[in-house]
Amino acid sequence: MRMTTADEDLALAAASGDGAAFALLLDRHYDRLFAFCFRLTGARAEAEDLTQDICAALPAKLASYQRRAKVTTWLYRVAVNAAHDRRRRRATYVKASAGWGDWEVNRTETAIEDAAKIDWLTTAMQSLNDDLRDTLALVLDDMTHAQAAKILGVSEGTISWRISEAKKRLKEFKEKEDVA
Amino acid sequence: MSDDLDDLKAAMTSATPSPDGARRAENLALARQNFETLQGSAKPLRPTSENGQNALWTGVKTMLNTLTSKGALGATTALVACGFLFLTPTGQDLLRKPAPMTVKQETESAAKTVDTLRRATPQPVPARPKASSPLSELLTDDSGAAGLTATTSPADQPIVPANDLSTMQSSDTEAFANAAANPVKVVSEEPVSTFSIDVDTASYSLVRSSLQNGSMPPHDAVRVEEMINYFPYDYAGPEAGEAPFRPTVTVMGTPWNAGTQLVHIGLQGRMPKVADRPALNLVFLIDTSGSMSDANKLPLLKQSFRLMLDNLRPEDQVAIVEYAGSAGQVLAPTAASDRTTILQAIQGLGAGGSTNGQGGLEQAYAVGASMAEDGEVSRVILATDGDFNVGIDSPEALKTYIADKRDSGTYLSVLGFGRDNLDDATMQALAQNGNGIAAFIDTLSEAQKVLVDQLTGALFPIAGDVKVQVEFNPAAVAEYRLIGYETRSLRREDFNNDTVDAGDLGAGHSVTAIYEVTPKGSDAVLNDPLRYQAAEVSGDAAELGFLKLRYKEPGEDVSKLLEVQIAQGTATNSEAQFASAIAGFGQLLSGSDYLGDWGYAQAIDLATANRGADAFGYRTEAVQLMRLAKSLSGQ
Repeated sequence: MRMTTADEDLALAAASGDGAAFALLLDRHYDRLFAFCFRLTGARAEAEDLTQDICAALPAKLASYQRRAKVTTWLYRVAVNAAHDRRRRRATYVKASAGWGDWEVNRTETAIEDAAKIDWLTTAMQSLNDDLRDTLALVLDDMTHAQAAKILGVSEGTISWRISEAKKRLKEFKEKEDVA
Repeated sequence: MSDDLDDLKAAMTSATPSPDGARRAENLALARQNFETLQGSAKPLRPTSENGQNALWTGVKTMLNTLTSKGALGATTALVACGFLFLTPTGQDLLRKPAPMTVKQETESAAKTVDTLRRATPQPVPARPKASSPLSELLTDDSGAAGLTATTSPADQPIVPANDLSTMQSSDTEAFANAAANPVKVVSEEPVSTFSIDVDTASYSLVRSSLQNGSMPPHDAVRVEEMINYFPYDYAGPEAGEAPFRPTVTVMGTPWNAGTQLVHIGLQGRMPKVADRPALNLVFLIDTSGSMSDANKLPLLKQSFRLMLDNLRPEDQVAIVEYAGSAGQVLAPTAASDRTTILQAIQGLGAGGSTNGQGGLEQAYAVGASMAEDGEVSRVILATDGDFNVGIDSPEALKTYIADKRDSGTYLSVLGFGRDNLDDATMQALAQNGNGIAAFIDTLSEAQKVLVDQLTGALFPIAGDVKVQVEFNPAAVAEYRLIGYETRSLRREDFNNDTVDAGDLGAGHSVTAIYEVTPKGSDAVLNDPLRYQAAEVSGDAAELGFLKLRYKEPGEDVSKLLEVQIAQGTATNSEAQFASAIAGFGQLLSGSDYLGDWGYAQAIDLATANRGADAFGYRTEAVQLMRLAKSLSGQ
């Protein structure tokens, strides 16, 4: 049964040209990928677009997949890199904050209290630089520091440092908010 | 994962939206298509993949990077899709000429500066046995590949699939009100169809705005009845002493189905002499939030009001209340003759500032109530780009509030500006509850139409709570389908219940409803007869059905009834034909599956042939939109 085939085997099959395996693999991971993209970007529309970028580019990237890597690790790295690319493109448009602005208008779905919390969260995450944000997104997605280190291509120590740094900044941000 | 982050994680998890189903299917289809293209054309080159992959990626990225205009920003993702579809078939060329690349050992400190492209090529990661994490459950989750089969696209798909673009166009904050298209009903099971009239036109403007921006409108943005009712029709009006409007029923062949007929019901409202209308009391409630500063919003609004001001009579009164930006009354009730004061106030409206305008709506209604004298019509006109932060938070409370005020004599119309976060659903709900119109103003000529050409109708109702009920004759009609009016359907018993609200007909307005009916014995009948039901109904088949209309005179609480027989016949006229062309066009845009092979080309022919006098050029514009849609849809 294909349904129970391991991701890694599916990815290998896909890399050697098995379209069904590729489709199944992507279908399995799409929702998770989207959620991760949301964490990376912080706005729904951006996340949709980023996911689409990744989906479009994924077939070409499959060739680089190697059996030794876990599919999620590999996929997350592709996602992080695609997010970097998007940010670079956006940077030229200056209005990098537009995506976050969307958020504010998206008021219908969540209760007010929740919305306040989320607003704080997104604004706070926005205040972090890209490296810290990516790291935090991975760790919030239940990745261990070791896994995050592999995905981002840095040492485990760096991840731990970044997380503590992010926590520190979020705390500062929160205090500043509370005072204000 | 430390405790400090637990809160953050929980908040993030609750903030994460679930992926949009349509986008998901499209993205999966896109990925599959790219996969297949890659397998087909680029496979022989894959051994040299390291550079080849990067070259391909670089090509697309370079293309994207050269796009700097603001407009291109929105289209970026479309271009990624487009670029890949485009590039992969010709990918061989690119792959033969890989961009020069220096491969360096990546160090941690250099990680930031290294070209992200190069990092796009994942490095081999040594496998290591891992402790099981919540991930592993997800990974073995065999939530099947449902939906995938449906997303496989045919090979001859246009390079940019129309759906792709339209989804791109509808940003997350643009919400549309629509319901599933009315299904075919079997007359013997459900002989009666009841709905409220709809005089809104917002849907047509939205469709036009999408098409003119080069993308197909989202299916949900299309409400067929609003497209049909956008156009003025030359139906016979009521004689003096008759009801305030006159129904005209035409039965004609269906353009898209030889086996069915269209029952075309046109209501033409009386046009009272402008000099006879009571004085208007207008309160403009204007959204001046920061987002309104775009050229197609507040500036267009100011121009529109200037146009309208010229058409008011001296005894009409105007007041202006701002919300969202700088809140409060900016113009006390002023006679329309005092143009300078009003123009100055309009000019002084400024978009900017934070959202602090609580209570804008209450204030507007209070001003409206203070202006109304006996026999005068008061109306609040809400102009916004989708920010309904008018002081009442919950949509339900807002609707109730507006309905209460409607009953106490102040109506509400909504003018929408700008596309980016327009909340069509809320606009509809508010205008329906406020007995007003919802119009979307995208151009100055649309402002001219809504606020000048049809000013009297828009602001001065001649019949309230107009409900339509059609009973079909089972001896003559096997099946029927109401085209459009999905958001306006009423229960059968609501027809005679005067407390149930329905749409209002403005002075001189016309309203059109079209049923597609399948005559008994036609080979176009879709539903098989039932085995266990009573045998066929027989009877006089001279009448197709019976049309009943209920309406209230303005200010009255008790409704009056109008009844018309729908006789067999195939007489037709160009007004009804044009309406059917628009009905077909609307159904094409909404992805209806009742039209068979009938497409944009046929709609264009039918509309062109029945343009009539078209004094304002609206119909000519419609034909142009059909042509645009034809090109954009790749038909």
